[in-house]
Amino acid sequence: MANKFIVASAPHVHGDLSTRRLMADVIIALLPALAVSVYVFGWGVLTVTATSIACCVLFEYLVQRFLVGGKTTITNLSAIVTGLLLAMNMPANIPLWIVAVGAFVAICVAKMPFGGLGKNLFNPAIAARVFLLIAYPSQMTTFAAPSVEGFADAYSGATMLAAAKACLVDFGSYDAMGMFAGIQSGSLGEVAAFALLLGFAYLLLRRVITWHIPVAVLGTIALFAAVYGAFAFDTPHVVLNYSLFHLIGGGALLGAIFMATDYVTSPMTTRGMVIYGVGIGLLTMIIRLWGAYPEGMSFAILIMNSVVPLINKYVKPRRFGKK
Amino acid sequence: MRTFPIGGVHPSDNKKWSKASAIEAMELPDVVVVPLAQHIGAPAVVKVAKGDKVKVGELIAEAGGFVSANIHAPISGTITAVDLQPNGQGLRQMAVTIKREGDEWLESIDRSEELVRDCSLEPAEIVARIKAAGIVGMGGATFPTHVKLSIPEGKRAEVLIINGVECEPYLTSDYRTMLERGEQLLVGVSILMKAISVDRAVVGVENNKPDAIEHLKALAKEYVGIEVKALKTMYPQGGEKQLIAALTGREVPPPPALPIDVGAVVCNASTAVAVYEAVQKNKPLVERVVTVTGASLAEPRNLLTRFGTPVESLIARCGGLPEGDVRILNGGPMMGRPMSNLASPVMKGCSGITILSGKDALRGEPSACIKCAKCVEACPMGLEPYLLQRYTVKKAWDEIERNDITSCIECGCCQFTCPANIALLDYVRLAKQTVMGIIRARNTKK
Ligand code: SF4
Ligand code: SF4
Repeated sequence: MANKFIVASAPHVHGDLSTRRLMADVIIALLPALAVSVYVFGWGVLTVTATSIACCVLFEYLVQRFLVGGKTTITNLSAIVTGLLLAMNMPANIPLWIVAVGAFVAICVAKMPFGGLGKNLFNPAIAARVFLLIAYPSQMTTFAAPSVEGFADAYSGATMLAAAKACLVDFGSYDAMGMFAGIQSGSLGEVAAFALLLGFAYLLLRRVITWHIPVAVLGTIALFAAVYGAFAFDTPHVVLNYSLFHLIGGGALLGAIFMATDYVTSPMTTRGMVIYGVGIGLLTMIIRLWGAYPEGMSFAILIMNSVVPLINKYVKPRRFGKK
Repeated sequence: MRTFPIGGVHPSDNKKWSKASAIEAMELPDVVVVPLAQHIGAPAVVKVAKGDKVKVGELIAEAGGFVSANIHAPISGTITAVDLQPNGQGLRQMAVTIKREGDEWLESIDRSEELVRDCSLEPAEIVARIKAAGIVGMGGATFPTHVKLSIPEGKRAEVLIINGVECEPYLTSDYRTMLERGEQLLVGVSILMKAISVDRAVVGVENNKPDAIEHLKALAKEYVGIEVKALKTMYPQGGEKQLIAALTGREVPPPPALPIDVGAVVCNASTAVAVYEAVQKNKPLVERVVTVTGASLAEPRNLLTRFGTPVESLIARCGGLPEGDVRILNGGPMMGRPMSNLASPVMKGCSGITILSGKDALRGEPSACIKCAKCVEACPMGLEPYLLQRYTVKKAWDEIERNDITSCIECGCCQFTCPANIALLDYVRLAKQTVMGIIRARNTKK
């Protein structure tokens, strides 16, 4: 008989998940936001994105090839995801050499020294963004004005959050719908709320992530802003606008949906995920309202990343039969 | 729709290959090899010797303890050997070999098709007949049924649960049995209810078998206290603890607690039919329905097969092995055991022979854990498989024990779902065995 018997232990079938498929899904989920970004900021967006991805993949390949050894890991697509996320966190008009520095920090400092995918403590893209924010503050916070009609001139060059911090925003008349549609200045990935939400829906549909982290982060931000707003403003309408503004403005959506949900650096149980998400939401608002930076998302995620091992140690899933 | 509370996965059910084939009798083999250990517990003790003549249904080996089961001659003929024979994995174990002469049954066995509904036996007599007939759990666990029915002092059964879930992909032997032997099944359920003195039984069937649900529901109207419930299709719903939780909402506490601690006794649907035959027809367990299936098998079937029939003859009956790489399983693809010796016999726990071929037979290359938490989400016992795996690599057995490894039901959901293709079940099984050994050693020292 021309048979080769394969003897391996159960289970003998496998689901349709693979690391590569999950990474590909994250990439697909980011495409709407990328498209809106190109529309709003122009073709420069693609140069930044391509540079970021190319550098991340190249660095990972080189480190694996010459320092770590073994089979190359770039085929699992995680370096592309890191590159794409890093680009999403930068202004469209950033000098390309800074992009390369960011990619270097993400891959060669935050990811590979820990042992590569799965072992890093910090989200590589976030670590790189925070590094760049500290090292090159002016380049990282000078944003191109969106080339879209209807954008209020007063805000060009600064993000809505920065404007808010400088008390430049009139929350009574501010245009939440405009921001929702992508009309705000900021990093590549921060421009269009609806595109990010579309990506979120896709990730949920494909079961790449669960809702727990994004909802915990965004819920906390909205609630915090509403409570703060209730003290600061008189009319409920303004309070609502203020809360919406914190949700949609800045990097809240990008961070909550795509950065905080990074598998490697987020908790392993749903309860842990909620704790982690609430922590990120709180820290974000504390930094936004009382910190030195207009945006606190990246710092919040980075800080909560470092708490994840502790959460995993103490927050266990509900065991069957123990209520 | 109801299902169990935590975790679970959705493997493609692949029942389509064999579900439409009505149960057929497999040709009688010329020679059978009947192992003495076909159940969980002590092997049976042989009662015959080389040269003896036996009829179908004659006792050839007697239960070797309380947790053990009788074994009967599945064919008539002459005993040609009592010796070590290789099993499906190639390990040698004691077995009785019988060479067939005709098909002569013990006169005491009622082989007519006529349905006998009424049973006037006392509970103890029912259990005694079930024990005499050598009945074990036929879903694959092979736990002796009379032991389950002997409720320990101080405990009380409240509900009988019948497992008609057949959550293993591919397999259809319970399904065909429910469709074709529904009456016998329900009489069997009534008898089991009487044996443990409960007035309520629930038959759980997954909703990928709507015709079986309809059929049993219609029949059950004629029986008092038997309810048929549809369950959402989800693996491993056939696990005892999962099934009890799905049907009653009660969760069996962690080991050493047993289903009876929440008032439940669970029996498989095919086992209920065997109980009917044993109690009402005086027929010991000598045959069972075996699904022989696979995507590339020419003619998948459900074959009523005498124990001891070589697996290869069943495969031959279904069109022979497909070409190329094959993985042959005793059971289904989630929990089945891989076979290397196809000359080995069909036994009491063999609900199916599944043949995976070509790409389906291969295992994916493992890569690094990406901490996606999918395994934690999938585990029906609420464990953290990724963590157990890491601790197993480090041999950190005390950490593993602290993380409740003894609750693991070895269902394989974790490995099925892992995107990094890590052989999680291999690790957790090793960890569980090691920790159980440590616990046993500690208890004997005390
Ligand atoms: S499913 Fe696999 S990759 Fe994901 S956490 Fe579990 S072991 Fe790691
Ligand atoms: S095999 Fe054990 S650890 Fe894995 S999912 Fe099943 S119960 Fe959980």
